[in-house]
Amino acid sequence: MTTALSTEELTKIEAHITAHKHMPGALLPLLHAIQDDIGWISEEAYLPISKALALSVAEVHGVVTFYHHFRRHPAGRHVLQVCRAESCQAMGAEKLEAHVKSTLGVDYHQTTKDGAITLEPVYCLGNCACSPAVMMDDEVYGRMDNQKMAELISEARGA
Amino acid sequence: MVKVFVPCDSSALSLGADRTAKTIVVEAQKRGVEIELVRNGSRGLFWLEPMVEVTTDKGRVAYAPVQPKDVPSLFDADFLNGGAHPLNLGLTEALPWLKKQQRLTFARVGIADPVSLDDYLAHDGYKGLKNALKMTGAEIVKAVTDSGLRGRGGAAFPTGIKWNTVLGCESDQKYIVCNADEGDSGTYSDRMIMEDDPFVLIEGMTIAGIAVGATQGYIYLRSEYPHALKTLNEAINKAEAAGYLGEKICGSNHTFDLEVRRAAGAYVCGEETSLLESLEGKRGLVRFKPPLPAIEGLFGKPTVVNNVISLATVPIILDKGAAFYANYGMGRSRGTLPIQLAGNLKHTGLVELAFGATLRELLYDFGGGSASGRPIRAVQVGGPLGAYLPESQFDTPLDYEEFTKIWAVLGHGGIVAFDDTVDMAKMARYAFEFCAIESCGKCTPCRIGSIRGAEVIDKIVTGKDHAKNIQLVRDLSDTMLNGSLCALGGMTPYPVLSALNHFAEDFKPRDFGLQNKKVAA
Ligand SMILES: Cc1cc2nc3c(=O)[nH]c(=O)nc-3n(C[C@H](O)[C@H](O)[C@H](O)COP(=O)(O)O)c2cc1C
Ligand code: SF4
Ligand code: FES
Repeated sequence: MTTALSTEELTKIEAHITAHKHMPGALLPLLHAIQDDIGWISEEAYLPISKALALSVAEVHGVVTFYHHFRRHPAGRHVLQVCRAESCQAMGAEKLEAHVKSTLGVDYHQTTKDGAITLEPVYCLGNCACSPAVMMDDEVYGRMDNQKMAELISEARGA
Repeated sequence: MVKVFVPCDSSALSLGADRTAKTIVVEAQKRGVEIELVRNGSRGLFWLEPMVEVTTDKGRVAYAPVQPKDVPSLFDADFLNGGAHPLNLGLTEALPWLKKQQRLTFARVGIADPVSLDDYLAHDGYKGLKNALKMTGAEIVKAVTDSGLRGRGGAAFPTGIKWNTVLGCESDQKYIVCNADEGDSGTYSDRMIMEDDPFVLIEGMTIAGIAVGATQGYIYLRSEYPHALKTLNEAINKAEAAGYLGEKICGSNHTFDLEVRRAAGAYVCGEETSLLESLEGKRGLVRFKPPLPAIEGLFGKPTVVNNVISLATVPIILDKGAAFYANYGMGRSRGTLPIQLAGNLKHTGLVELAFGATLRELLYDFGGGSASGRPIRAVQVGGPLGAYLPESQFDTPLDYEEFTKIWAVLGHGGIVAFDDTVDMAKMARYAFEFCAIESCGKCTPCRIGSIRGAEVIDKIVTGKDHAKNIQLVRDLSDTMLNGSLCALGGMTPYPVLSALNHFAEDFKPRDFGLQNKKVAA
């Protein structure tokens, strides 16, 4: 499924390109700005980016796909990242992970049917002193259990 | 007016510090009491967050952990004057966990408002820079060399020697790059410095710039740290406004500009040459060395790449002198290491100590044993590429060379404890899996060997050709150790083989109904 960008979104992308194109090493800051604003990086953005930065479309594509952070499809209203790394594993991340997947009815990189939550794995949130940890959008949560997880999910679904 | 401190560190926030702070403010208003709320950094006792402190004549008194429901009773107990309450822990400075530490790099962390430049200056901030401004570049580099400081990002390379190479390069442009990618599981000391004392990193980078003649700095910050991003940018703006960054720093002829750049979730970009590629806007493919980044680094220019902790340790060295710092430690590991206790421990948190303490002291005296109450069975030190240590190695002192002797690494100082429910074959499999997910793809042993390795472990535990497959894991590991360009492929064998060597019982075939009868354990 491809999602076409609206004219408004294309205008926004142009504005980000103009604002970033003179920075040294502009591509990552530019991609961040686009994703922060629109939520994902559409292939429609590749051509104008490549022109402005004197790169090939293939190079832009190569960079977007290299980094786990950049998404090539729209996400749900919220992004939930569950930490899978060692410290969290030592504190039961695997069980939490299974619980989250079954509660949401999705696997990693998928979005719930109601469009509320996209689930992603993450490898350490720097909250290892409070494992297991998760991140909902830009907020990190520690010492998660099924109960706290349920509250967090229902809050996200409500908002 | 009584000052009430509630941390803004993201681990404290992850346990509800914002709600606690809000409840305290609302309750104070309700009771008509005036308080001054300060959002400080965390003291690093994370099992006690959110930790609330109040100023009293005798010093700061700690109450912890404080949840919103505890707040009314704290007011009833007159906590604003240090009143008795079940959560009252006494004077913060007298807490054994803190008293037993030697906080040099973390001297200010948790004490003040992280983005208050006045607080920073009031607590010895920018004293190192003031001294550095009176010295030549070579003298600054010599002080860092004499301090014995070695890179805290993992490789433990002497910082002064790296700086000296950059100092010796003739170039129209040089760079200072701070590696704030902190991808290792079990580590969070970089995050704490950036969120809880950002000026110390800014000061350290400024001194580095003056020392080697670099006028531009970049902090390459992992995208998983949005709070650190906000704090750093706020601190950078304040430092600029006050003349500590930009042109004519503190009235001198030195210029140093600083910018934060966000990474994008690739573990390998913590490797310094991959990081430089990423900063240049490319895929994070690891570069061949030579040339060293010190000679041809960012945009081909001489570049210092240092970890957050290495750079944040520079101000105290310049303030108190190289000898002061070098006096701490053992052998060739001089100074202190900010150790991060994580995983299955009762008391997790930040412990800065001179090199030389044993793992056992950290796990039991500081860590209080496992959180689950079960025996600690395995400990991974130094992140996902670090070895797993069994109990028989818990008396190893934290020292770079002592760890090398037992085929282990200290890395960035993260310690992750596992209790006896851990399945070490699963952890070995995970190490391969992680390597496969994060490989930059340049070397075949890393890219393909890691995928193969995970499959072979599956065969081992299901009992298929057991002996042959154990040997295959060893051979694969050998190939990765010798045929990888960087430590991602080159060190994945550390967790794998240490698990296999120290916990062989976990690699016996299991009864999944598929078991190969010939090799049944
Ligand atoms: C796969 C890989 C990941 C790394 N990740 C980090 C990291 O997140 N932070 C860091 O400071 N060093 C990391 N390093 C080490 C850097 O390559 C480099 O040694 C370090 O940034 C140099 O700074 P220092 O001398 O101050 O330690 C990593 C190395 C490898 C091979
Ligand atoms: S070892 Fe792996 S991550 Fe390192 S350069 Fe080779 S392929 Fe890339
Ligand atoms: S390992 Fe999960 S937060 Fe660090």
